[in-house]
Amino acid sequence: MEVRSVVRCPGCDGVIPPEKWQLGDILSCPECGVELEVINLEPCELALAPQEEEDWGQ
Amino acid sequence: MLYTKLRTEERLILEAMRRRGVQPDLISDEAVLLHLDRPWEAYDAVLSRSLGHWRGLHALWVLETWGVPTLNNSGVAGVCGNKLLTTLALLRAGLPVPRTAVTFSPATAKQALAELGYPAVAKPVVGSWGRLLARLSTPEEADAVLEHKAALASPLNHVYYLQQYVNKPGRDIRSFVVGNETICAIYRYSSHWITNTARGGAAAPCPVAPEIDRLSRAAARAVGGGAVAVDLLEDGDGRLLVNEVNHTMEFRNATAVTGIDIAGRLVDLLLDLAQPSARGGGVAC
Repeated sequence: MEVRSVVRCPGCDGVIPPEKWQLGDILSCPECGVELEVINLEPCELALAPQEEEDWGQ
Repeated sequence: MLYTKLRTEERLILEAMRRRGVQPDLISDEAVLLHLDRPWEAYDAVLSRSLGHWRGLHALWVLETWGVPTLNNSGVAGVCGNKLLTTLALLRAGLPVPRTAVTFSPATAKQALAELGYPAVAKPVVGSWGRLLARLSTPEEADAVLEHKAALASPLNHVYYLQQYVNKPGRDIRSFVVGNETICAIYRYSSHWITNTARGGAAAPCPVAPEIDRLSRAAARAVGGGAVAVDLLEDGDGRLLVNEVNHTMEFRNATAVTGIDIAGRLVDLLLDLAQPSARGGGVAC
């Protein structure tokens, strides 16, 4: 689904150029580099992606 | 599919599901709510791609109590997610592993290291991606690392899992076992002693030679089967040792270099596991 609205990073409020994201996509903020997750499409919402924890892995 | 993040592997799995006519429900382990008196009845099977060992294991326990088939199941996840349990399972199956010792205090850890010989490796019993691994070349290095581990809060850090350092030839081998078949294998090359591709190791195809196949399938059986990635080490004599078995395997690099549809094979196993709903229709995952 094409995303049209301006999207801001929840970490640094930087503007993130919208792309053809899918729900759950992981991306990095081009301003601050924090990892973000697409949590909604209409309207587009980004949240900090789940952060690696001590017991994460394969 | 229960997941933490939709990474490349999860996207490949979803594509494989859709190619097979499955319309999966995506269940975030961050958001899932499990009322124990409200068992789920909608799913023929659940594939767990949860990244957290404890979160995934607890979810699997609930689902399995409800009678939902899971892949990989809690037995496999529980063994693979704990290096001590994995090593014990491999030893029970008579498989070759690096010499390993376990202690519960820094003092006895020092004794164990002296008996294993330096260099040695200290690993966390739970954890992956090369985190908190330490190669200990001298007793002085061991003192520093053991002191740091003792200061960490989690009691799991006070289980000292120590192994001989295997002087491997700049690479290790990861094989992929789905069901009872070794479907492919890769070499992971790195100038660093930690060869995880998460830490920058480079993948190349590895032929599934008879010994690699035998050890891989035996290791998978030892931990309970399912779909796992087996890490093998070549020691200085060219002998293969089983190092670890991974139950939430990452396979983007292996798929890219081998051309094997690992995601598709994983989904095929999941569909074999699923029992079609009595209400009719397709498989619900």
